[in-house]
Amino acid sequence: MLYKIKHTTTYKYEESVPLCHNLAILNPRDFEAQNCQSFDLEIVPNPEIKDNYPDFFGNTVYYFVIEEAHESLVVTSTSIVDVFPMAWKKKPLSLQNWEAVANFMKDVKGEYIDIKQYAYPTQITAISKSIKEYAEKSFTPNRPIYEAVNELNTRIHTDFKYTTGFTTVSTPLSVVMDEKKGVCQDFAHLAISCLLSMGLAARYVSGYLETTAPAGKKKLVGADATHAWFSVYIPEMGWIDFDPTNNKVADEQYITIGWGRNYYDVVPLRGIIMSGHNHKLSVAVEVTRI
Amino acid sequence: MPEQNLNLDFLNKYSPAANSYNEIAVDGSDLHPEWASFFSSLGKLGTKEIENRADNIQRLLKENGVAYNIYIDSSGGARPWELDPIPQIISALEWSKINTGLIQRAQLFSLILKDIYGQQNLIKDGIIPQELIYRHPGFLRSCVNLNLPNQDNLILYSTDLGRGKDGNLWTISDRAQAPSGYGYAMENRLAMSKVLPELFSDNKVSRLYPFFEALQRALHNIAPNNIENPRIVILTPGSENETYFEHSYLSAYLGLSLVQGTDLMVKDNYVWIKTIEGLEKVDVILRRMDDIYCDPLELKSDSLLGVPGLLQVIRKGNVSIANPLGSSVIENAGLIPFLGKAAKYLLGTDLILPSIATWWCGQPNEMNYVINNLPHLVVRRIYRRKAGVSSAIDGASLTAAETEKLINEIKAHPYLFAGQEKIGFSSTPSWVIGELRPGHSLVRSFLVKNGDSFMAMPGGLTRTSYIKDSFIISNQSGGISKDTWIISNGTDNVRPSKSNIRSTDPNNYLKKDSLPSHTAENIFWVGRYSERLINNARLLHSVMQYVLLNSNQAENSAVANTKKILLETLTHTTYGYPGFVSKKENEANELLKNPWPELSKYLYDEQKDGSLSKNLLYFRKSIYNVRNFLSVDTWRIVRQLDDVWSNAKSNDTHDRLIMMADIDKLNTSIFAILGMNRENVRRAQEWVVLELGRKIEQALFSINFLQNIFKQKTDEQTEHDLLQSVLVATQSMVSYRFTYRDHLQLSLLLEMLVLDMNYPKSLVYLISKIIARINELPKVGNNESQKDAEFLMLEALSLLKTTNGISLSNFDFDSGEYEELNKIFDKVSDKLYEVSGIITKTYFKHTLSHQQLYVS
Repeated sequence: MLYKIKHTTTYKYEESVPLCHNLAILNPRDFEAQNCQSFDLEIVPNPEIKDNYPDFFGNTVYYFVIEEAHESLVVTSTSIVDVFPMAWKKKPLSLQNWEAVANFMKDVKGEYIDIKQYAYPTQITAISKSIKEYAEKSFTPNRPIYEAVNELNTRIHTDFKYTTGFTTVSTPLSVVMDEKKGVCQDFAHLAISCLLSMGLAARYVSGYLETTAPAGKKKLVGADATHAWFSVYIPEMGWIDFDPTNNKVADEQYITIGWGRNYYDVVPLRGIIMSGHNHKLSVAVEVTRI
Repeated sequence: MPEQNLNLDFLNKYSPAANSYNEIAVDGSDLHPEWASFFSSLGKLGTKEIENRADNIQRLLKENGVAYNIYIDSSGGARPWELDPIPQIISALEWSKINTGLIQRAQLFSLILKDIYGQQNLIKDGIIPQELIYRHPGFLRSCVNLNLPNQDNLILYSTDLGRGKDGNLWTISDRAQAPSGYGYAMENRLAMSKVLPELFSDNKVSRLYPFFEALQRALHNIAPNNIENPRIVILTPGSENETYFEHSYLSAYLGLSLVQGTDLMVKDNYVWIKTIEGLEKVDVILRRMDDIYCDPLELKSDSLLGVPGLLQVIRKGNVSIANPLGSSVIENAGLIPFLGKAAKYLLGTDLILPSIATWWCGQPNEMNYVINNLPHLVVRRIYRRKAGVSSAIDGASLTAAETEKLINEIKAHPYLFAGQEKIGFSSTPSWVIGELRPGHSLVRSFLVKNGDSFMAMPGGLTRTSYIKDSFIISNQSGGISKDTWIISNGTDNVRPSKSNIRSTDPNNYLKKDSLPSHTAENIFWVGRYSERLINNARLLHSVMQYVLLNSNQAENSAVANTKKILLETLTHTTYGYPGFVSKKENEANELLKNPWPELSKYLYDEQKDGSLSKNLLYFRKSIYNVRNFLSVDTWRIVRQLDDVWSNAKSNDTHDRLIMMADIDKLNTSIFAILGMNRENVRRAQEWVVLELGRKIEQALFSINFLQNIFKQKTDEQTEHDLLQSVLVATQSMVSYRFTYRDHLQLSLLLEMLVLDMNYPKSLVYLISKIIARINELPKVGNNESQKDAEFLMLEALSLLKTTNGISLSNFDFDSGEYEELNKIFDKVSDKLYEVSGIITKTYFKHTLSHQQLYVS
């Protein structure tokens, strides 16, 4: 499936800003299920410095600096991405039980440390008693891992209400757990924390959903902005992406930008401005099939 | 040869701590030859003289302002540094083994660091558990694979050594991101060699300065692109930091600019320092800031201390940092059990210096061991949660509830904790009030990169604890320091120490670093506050004098009137509101009747705006921030001033005459500081900025004072008394009499204080000096702001030149106001403020505060 994605972020500053430093993780990465055919990053005003490099997780980071006074910043990324079906879908599902996977994760060495690094909680995905108890309901003894994760994905979708404006990027999971509501980021973090509490490796995926639903299908939630979901590692299958917001296993409607341990590893656009004044942010995303 | 049979009273009386190794004796009986030699020279002084010298050391350190700030003390208190006249002595033979072991350890940590931020073979091959690194908050993912020449190595490394019961030295903990203490070690040595020179001529003590030379070489060597004269700066979190003394000390000793994050900025993929001459490129940063604070863009995003974009400049290879960012991950107690294997793996050898037995709780068996043996262990977090706060807990010191809490924490986050064996530290003598007492000591060793290897400081920072069975010794928790002597077996004995290492390198004379903007701003304010203090103090003094001399003339209406005007002028001129112009019913009247309690507030009350105490606080803050520019002598006067004033403040009763004497003492000190500074300023730029601050303040004070005291025409007697007070307050009586040989007249007084080009206190003189200083400021950009400032001052000057004393003393018959004086003074004062603003904007301009952008 071939997509064109246009992602525009606009900052308006109350007072002119003489200098800003920014980092953008907007370039969809290549992996077995995806090929980014072209990527263009347009920045207005034109930055004096623009550079890119791979980050620790293999995502491409753009660094740019605007060194002249400006009242607004508009960052537009345009990507053409080809998304393929995942190889695991052609094979039978893994029946490996989750305890075996957790056990396997305990003592890994060599290149497996790249996977194991996603088994450690971070501040935002910290494990709590209530999260572990919530996870345990799906992770019953000897249950196949795929089945357990799939159920957890569905339970989060059912038990939690998608509510915009209730949480912010810094709302802790305890609040999400108590209030049973949040947005895609919160659900992804919650699922990751649940999986980590079971000793499994899970990562946070930042990306897009197809904006316009194919004829006869319902438009997916979270399609107007960047979306987020999670991925779990199953040794016999690889990394499998689940979307608790839409109760789905990710398919060709999901375009990946990058991944990390949590949201803060893959913030689409961040920056430091030299200013003590206020600013406003707006984001627009368009994803179209071509 | 040392005498083996010393018969010294204090030594005979000394008994080492029970159950620990006796540092000074061989096999518990005969003295070690080094100690025998030491005690023999010390004994020659006699107990009384030793006691004298011990006091002198303390006085010297205090005067030099050696201090250790304690963060947790909310009052921001700095604790004076204490130094024991008895050093820690290490023999040449033992040192040669320790030295090799230390160098090996520094090399090992350097290689571990390189591996963690590169190939990670230690983790892949199972030598070090992944969790120990990946879950350590000091593992900075954005610093992995930076792959830069010169920058993947430690430049400085430090470790604490303790001697166990068996006499063997053990390493206790490691410091690898911004080790502190080597400046204190040097200061200890300087104090010792100054106060106890005899000891150094009798004993061959290795010199410390090669370490500092090596440090300077190492910093030069990591400069990007092998620049010949790199600009090296020391990055400090600021004067609140617990080792700020050391930061400023090193800045002065090594001749490097001391900067804070706001002094630096990233532009065009380089780091720049903001100086009064504009931006200058920075090549090397010696950081005293924890790594996560260094770049709010890529590291701790809410850090206000760091420099946004710094990591990108490092990535581009355009700046080098010592130690490299991310090195806090190896300040990790959990690593200790794996060091032996790592040494084999990376160096192919065994560890020379043994580490204290340590169990990392990230492994189930080890965790159980630690939990089950808690009372016999010291528990350490694998990272320091807060700079300067000790990460160690003595298991035996905990209550049952605390023990349970700790066990729960360990179980919840086992990888965060490590348990360590308690070694009973050796017993070492300290001089305490005329006798030797046993204490436990810990030696902090310092290593610096030296070519392909490391150099250990032939000395160190020893800290002593007198608490019985103490297993944790830190600067935070108190303790006294000792000079650390490595006895040299060669000819390399101590010579007079150099007070400034800079002089060894002639290249440094050629290079002229311009003044960082932030430093310039502080110097400017040192100038302004010192003048403010002097002027306010004199005004206060003259007001008190008047009140005192006329205290028995309450009936005289002119005296009452003068008194009222003087007290109100005091409030207005010092901005010490409400004071004597209180709007509360009757309060002002009451205060005027008995002004002394309120006057004493103008001296001592730190909370009162405009008080000498409060202004002194501001003055100290500014001067503390530039202490690396002050000579030792100047700093001593600053310290004395502190003492004098805090003594004065703490007196229960403030007698009128004592208050006036206190003011005199304050002014004497401030003048001494300014005088010293004038003699010692090394660079013209500093002097220009200081003088600008002083002259602007003085001019503003004059205007304000004269306008307030001559608000209205008064009767003849009052006017006479006021004129007299003005001359007293401005210390112009002698000049007036000398110049005019006439009775006091307002017009003549104004002629002198405002318009006399030959009188250094006159407004026109001050303004002409301001113009001269403005012209000496460096040219910035198209030079427009400098021209603007000059133009404003020339305008002020010509305004003043159009008038004369008689016109200025003309008053309106209806309102009684001095119209011409007010009109001209208002204008001149506006222009002075404008100039102050221009200077601030042009030369002291910092980047605006930075903030994070919202994220979607």
